[in-house]
This record gives sequence, structure tokens and C-alpha cells, in this order.
Amino acid sequence: MSDTTAVAAHGVPDDHGAHHPRLQHHFDTLDQQLYASTFGMWVFLVTEVLFFGGLFMAYIVYRIWYPEMFVHASSHLNITLGAINTAVLIGSSLTMAYAVNSAQRGASPKEQVFWLLSTMGLGSVFLGIKVIEYADKFKHHLVPGPNFHFEDPAYQATAQIYYSLYFALTGLHATHMIVGIVIMAVIVRMAAKGNFDAKWYTPVEIMGLYWHFVDLVWIFLFPLLYLIGGAH
Amino acid sequence: MSAHVVGNRFTYFLVFLALMVGTVVTVWVAEIHLGWLNLPVALAIAVTKAMLVILFFMHLKDHPKLIKVTFGAAFFFFAILVAHTLSDYLSRETRGMPTYPASGLISNQ
Amino acid sequence: MEASIAKPTNYLNATHGAASWFFTRDHKRIALLYLFSVSAFFLMGGIFATLIRLELLTPAGDFVSSETYNKFFTMHGVMMVFFFLIPSIPATLGNFLVPMMIGAKDLAFPRINLLSWYIYIAGGLFALTAMVSGGVDTGWTFYVPYSTAVSNTHVVMTGLGIFIAGFSSILTGFNFIVTIHTMRAPGMTWMRLPLFIWAHYAASLIMIMGTPVIAVTLLMVVLERALGFGLFDPSRGGDPVLYQHLFWFYSHPAVYIMVLPGMGVISELISGFTRKPVFGYSFVAVSSLGIAFVGFLVWGHHLFTSSQSIYAGLIFSFLSYLVAIPSAIKVFNWTATLYRGSVAWDSPMLYALGFIGLFTIGGLTGLFLSAIGLDLHMHDGYFVVAHFHYVMVGGTLLAYLGGLHFWWPKMTGKLYYEPFARVSAVIVFVGFNLTFFPQFILGYMGMPRRYHQYPDIAGWQVLNVLSSAGASILALGVILPAIYLTYSWFKGPDAGPNPWGVKGLEWETASPPPTANFDVTPIVTQPAYAYSNEDAHV
Repeated sequence: MSDTTAVAAHGVPDDHGAHHPRLQHHFDTLDQQLYASTFGMWVFLVTEVLFFGGLFMAYIVYRIWYPEMFVHASSHLNITLGAINTAVLIGSSLTMAYAVNSAQRGASPKEQVFWLLSTMGLGSVFLGIKVIEYADKFKHHLVPGPNFHFEDPAYQATAQIYYSLYFALTGLHATHMIVGIVIMAVIVRMAAKGNFDAKWYTPVEIMGLYWHFVDLVWIFLFPLLYLIGGAH
Repeated sequence: MSAHVVGNRFTYFLVFLALMVGTVVTVWVAEIHLGWLNLPVALAIAVTKAMLVILFFMHLKDHPKLIKVTFGAAFFFFAILVAHTLSDYLSRETRGMPTYPASGLISNQ
Repeated sequence: MEASIAKPTNYLNATHGAASWFFTRDHKRIALLYLFSVSAFFLMGGIFATLIRLELLTPAGDFVSSETYNKFFTMHGVMMVFFFLIPSIPATLGNFLVPMMIGAKDLAFPRINLLSWYIYIAGGLFALTAMVSGGVDTGWTFYVPYSTAVSNTHVVMTGLGIFIAGFSSILTGFNFIVTIHTMRAPGMTWMRLPLFIWAHYAASLIMIMGTPVIAVTLLMVVLERALGFGLFDPSRGGDPVLYQHLFWFYSHPAVYIMVLPGMGVISELISGFTRKPVFGYSFVAVSSLGIAFVGFLVWGHHLFTSSQSIYAGLIFSFLSYLVAIPSAIKVFNWTATLYRGSVAWDSPMLYALGFIGLFTIGGLTGLFLSAIGLDLHMHDGYFVVAHFHYVMVGGTLLAYLGGLHFWWPKMTGKLYYEPFARVSAVIVFVGFNLTFFPQFILGYMGMPRRYHQYPDIAGWQVLNVLSSAGASILALGVILPAIYLTYSWFKGPDAGPNPWGVKGLEWETASPPPTANFDVTPIVTQPAYAYSNEDAHV
């Protein structure tokens, strides 16, 4: 009766021979484990695309409806700061790529930590500039809600849609960056202790994928929020 | 079925430079008034930058086909969301109904 | 694997103490954690259903006020949809069986699996807090601008609870996808996978693609309500219909998250209790993917009566007809499997047969609603209510109960008392039909949904009374298994590894299974359901 599948003595037994300490018991090989982890992070990034996608959908609809309002409302955004932030984030993607690379090569913990800390540093610069921008919005009554005041009365009502999208999109993005930096701190600690080598560096790899994705979102947010209708 | 892809550090730096150039270009082009072309150009530059990050920093070009299909599926379903929703918004008939003008100005505000 | 004199070590007794359960990484224990939690939410949702049916016994709104009634149907919907139906089969049966059916030792990410349960509980606590603080009255659909600007109930708390629970669903789906791709046993090719796996894979695709959209949409509602953002506010130029587009982009595919795993269960039950491979295996497998994909294209049929463009409506209507095709393929194939099968009438089979009939009725009535002209009359009426209860309760719930009975001996190592189970299955079937068939008629006659009172029109009260009477029978039918299944856990006779005598990797190991599922990784050499004539029931 149990002939359909050979659950027999000649199945694949557990190999308790050369066991990498990081090999989890339910995987057969480190390679399978790394592949599953990497694939898993890509699947998670799929969910992130759709997560931001809902907000981008709202952006698309309202930009089609109110093209002039978008031009006027976005004129209060500081393109210089936005461009600097874009450069900073791209720089942090480079340092992140170097960090992953250093772990893959089994470079010294010091080098790995250097690149990871650089990434965190650049990420923090980005967030700092964001704080400056947000404070400026607060000061000029550009936060949607009862205190919103737009100097051109024609757009007093609808400019709130633009700023709702602005705060929702950049706020969600910034939240993702904060989470990323916090997790990176944990990974820095692991790297400092010499946990990563050419055979096992999975946390750095998937952290890298996440961080590059955060960069990707900003690559679209910058032109869509800041560069509408030319500079002012 | 391996995800062990070790990148080339010089390639990373070149990609970084390309991304910086792209950023400068997109700001520069935004200052030039091309009318309705401004948006497609900005998006084209953004998509190019995004592809560089995805293919090189995220190593998608070296990953197995499964992962390429997976990530492609994300944008495919996002495209469904956008296209199908726009099939409503772009085909709404508003003959004789009050609408918000493109400026968003409401006269009784 | 025979029970020796000393009790063999299995996943239930391998370790002891609360900590070994609440910090477990074993997918089987996590499945049981989910089983208890979803049952609790099902009970709560059922209590709200009882309150609804009590109010509707009489035309007058004399049981509760309209505001309270609004809260009843909202909480019923929220609890049932987000905290019962979505997780039910995947998080209990799926978690338990997916690794076993593919010959793996666990899911790809066991700790994330445990995290998904904690996230589910956290979301549930938010929703429960909202409930005991006064509830929500917006309907489970949270339409704006009522939910953002008008309702003064706990919208934010409930919205956050659903947002959080959504992440639990995403993590489950993501775990299944990676597991099925990377951890199949040697020889387990895609076309040898049990159809249960195909169904869960397809449902997982929907979980990861769709859930994030409702997450961000509810977040937008929370931001609008709590911070005054203006994304859907008409007075600021926003469009409430945009909310509906975003909401239903997830919530329509969500119904396939609810029913696809059920269909996976049914494939296993039909095959097992006819001792035949499922007819047209590859068609059934691919149709799961087809349902998942086409299911993303049809959401606008919920917006026919909103101010959605009629041209978009035409497209959505046409595509909604198309989505019935893969489901119909499954029904035809299951029916063909029955033909000249060696049928056993055990309770799981009764549930499976009930599913086929009731899901067919539910599905066909969905086609009625896909016709815009008919939907204009039926929208927001009891025809719609009956339609979705036929597919969700007559479909998913019956599949869940059938699967629970079928795999109970595997999960607990005990046999339940089968005669009780057969009687219960019949009670559920009778009670269900008595509850919901009158609602088709009521909807056709024009009775709207979500009203605590209805006019004293001839025939309306009689049908409502029949419906409420049916509900009490249905309630009995679902309470009975809770009793006899629990009893069997403590006092039932030992099941062997394969009490039903069916094919499948999960039946090749002990009941209950050892923590690592298999003593030795199986090597697969045969397709699924490889029955021969010798396997026929005597």
C-alpha cells in the first residue's frame, strides 16, 4: 500500500558530516539555504512594489485630474535638497554594494563594518535632510489638514491632495529607511564579530537587496514629486 | 540554482557614476520647458536609473530566471492595477456634469 | 511506523511546556496555534451573525438600534473575512501539510512562520480592542467618505488591526512560495505535486500581490481620518471611487485566497474517497493559476453602481464571465473523477460533495451578478449576500471542515467518532441551505442588505424567519465538530499512519508525525494519486 513513494532506507539521509554552523536543519545544503533566502527577499520586494504601487496609483489619477495644481503645489519643494538627497541615496547604494561585496570576499571585519557604517551614515544624512524639508513644510502650513494654508487661494482645497501624496509617499519611504538602518545596525554588529565569510553572508546580501529597493523607490519619487513643471 | 553572485567593484563604481549623471541630467532637463514631453523624459531617465540599480546593484541580470520572472511579475501586476483603473478614469463621460477644472479651482471655495 | 509499547516521539510530545509552543519553529505546532486562534475568531464572527439573524426575524427594527446593527454586520464581516476565511485553510491545513506533501522537513522560513502567527494575533487584538470599545459601523468594506469623515466609531483601530493581519497573510504566502520552489523532495517535480500544493501556491501568489494594496489603502484611510490628509475627500477634489478601486483590487482576488485552498482540499478529498487520480490533473493544476491571474482583472464588478465609467464596466463584466471558466473546469474534473470511482461516504467526502454542489450554485449566481443590468437591481441586496455566502460558507467553510476531518487523524493521531461526523455534515448542509437559499429570493424581491429593518411586504418576513431558523441549525452543525473533535483528541482511539488508506507523502509517516516529518527524506517516483485497482474500497 505504501509503494507510491519510496520512503525507504535508501532515501536521502541527514548528512551530519561537514555541517556549516549556519546551516539550518530543514535545509539540505548552504547553497539551497542561500537561494531560498535570496529568492525570499525578492518575493518580499514584490510585495513592496505593490505596497508603494497603491500610492503611485493615487498619484497617477490625481495628476491626470489636476495637472496645473501639481505644478503649483510642487513649486514649494526644494529641488536642490531633493537632488542632494538623490545623490546621497545613490551613494549609499554604492557603499551597500561594496559592503555586500566585502562580505562575499571574506574581507576583514573592519572593511565590512566600514562600508556598512558608511551606508548607515549616508542614509542618516538623507533622513536629516528630510527632517529639514518636513520642518519647512510645517512652518509654511503645507501639512494637509485643518492647518493647511496655500498662498494661492485657487488651490487651497486641491493642493492638499498633492501634499497628502507627498507626505504619504516620502513618509512611507522614510519609514522604510529607518527600519533599514535599524536592521543594518544589527548586521554591523554581526560583521564586527566576524560572522560573515565567503561561505555565509546571507544577511548582508538580503539587506543589500532591501536597501537598493529603497533607493529604487526614491529614484521615482524625486522626479514625480520635485520635478513637475520645471524648476522655480 | 545558485544565488552566489560576486560583483565587480569597478562595475559598481561605473554604475554609480552613470546614476549620478542621470540625476544631473534629469534636473537639468526639468528646467527646460518641453511641455508635455517633460514627464515622459523624466520617467525614461528614472526607468533607466532603476534598471541600472536592479540589474547591477541587485544583480538581477546574473540571477536565475525564476527571480527575474518574480520581479517582473510585480511590475506586471502593478501595470494591471494602473491600466485597469485608468480604463475607468480615462473613459468617464462627464457631459453636463460639473467637474473640477485642471487647476483645481472651485469657484465657490 | 507502529506504536510500540512506549509512546513514540512525535511533534506533540517531543517537547513540553508553554514556551515550547509559543516559541516553536515547527510548522505543525504553528498550524495548531493558528487552528485555535481562527476558531476563536470564527466563534466571534458567528455570534455577530446570530445577532444579525435575530434582528431580522421581524420587519421592525426592534432588537437593536440601526447604529448597533451596523456594528453587528461590520464586525461579522471583519472577523469572518480577515480573521477567519483568509487564514483558515492556508494557516492551519496549509502550514501543517505543505512541507509534508512535498517531502520537506519544514517551511523555508520557520521563524517567519511563527512571526506570522504573532502578527495575526496582534492584528486580532487591535480589532478586538476596537470591538469592545464600541465597534465599527462602516461595513467591512470601509467605504469613504463615511469611514474617513463621518463615522465616529473605531475605524482607525480596526483598520490598523486589518493592516497588521495583512502582513501575517503576506508572510504565509511568501513562505509557501519559497518553500514550494526550493524545498521539494528529490523526484517531486511540479507535475507530481498534489493539487493541494498547486492551490496553495496560486493562493500565495494572490496573497503577496494583492494584500499590500489593501494595506496601503487602509493606511490612506487611517491617515485621512487621523491626520486630516485629503486623498479621498470630495470637498478637496478627491475621489471616493478611487478608494473603491484600490480596496477591491485586493478584495476581489482575496475571495480566491479564500476559495483556492478550499479547492485544493476538495481535490485531495475527491481523489482519496474515490480511490482515483483527479481527472485532468494538469488542467486542474493550471486552472488554479488561471483563477489567480484572471481574478486580478475583474474587481470593477463591485463598482458597477458607483460612478465608474460604463466602458470600464463593460470590460470588467466581460472578464468576470471569463473568471468562471477555470472554476468550472475544476468542477467538471472533480465530477469526472467521481465517475466509476470507488466511493466511500465518510464525512470528509460528504463535505466535499456538498462543496461541489454549493460552490457551483454560488459560482453560477456570480454570473448573474456579472451582468451589469442584473447587478443594477441586485447590488447591495440579499442576492449578493446569498451569492457570497454560498461560495464562502458553502465553499470555503465546507472545505475547511472536510479537510479538518480528513487530516485530523494525521494531526492528532486520534480517530474521531465518524457517525457523529456524518450527521454533523448533513446538519451543516441542511442548515446552510435553509439559511441562505431564501436570501436569493429576498434579494430578487428587492430586500436591501445592511438594514436593521425591512418593510412588511408579503413574503419577506417568512423568508427571513426561514433564514434565521436555518442559521440556528447551521450553528449546531458547526458546534458539534468542535465537541466531538476535541473529545477525540483526549479519548479517541489511535489512528495509524494512514487510516483512510489513501496516497500522499503525508500518509507515509506516523500519526502524529515526528518533528522532522520524515525519518528519511522521501524520494518520489510516482505521480500524485497513483491509485490502482487494488486500492478500491472493499
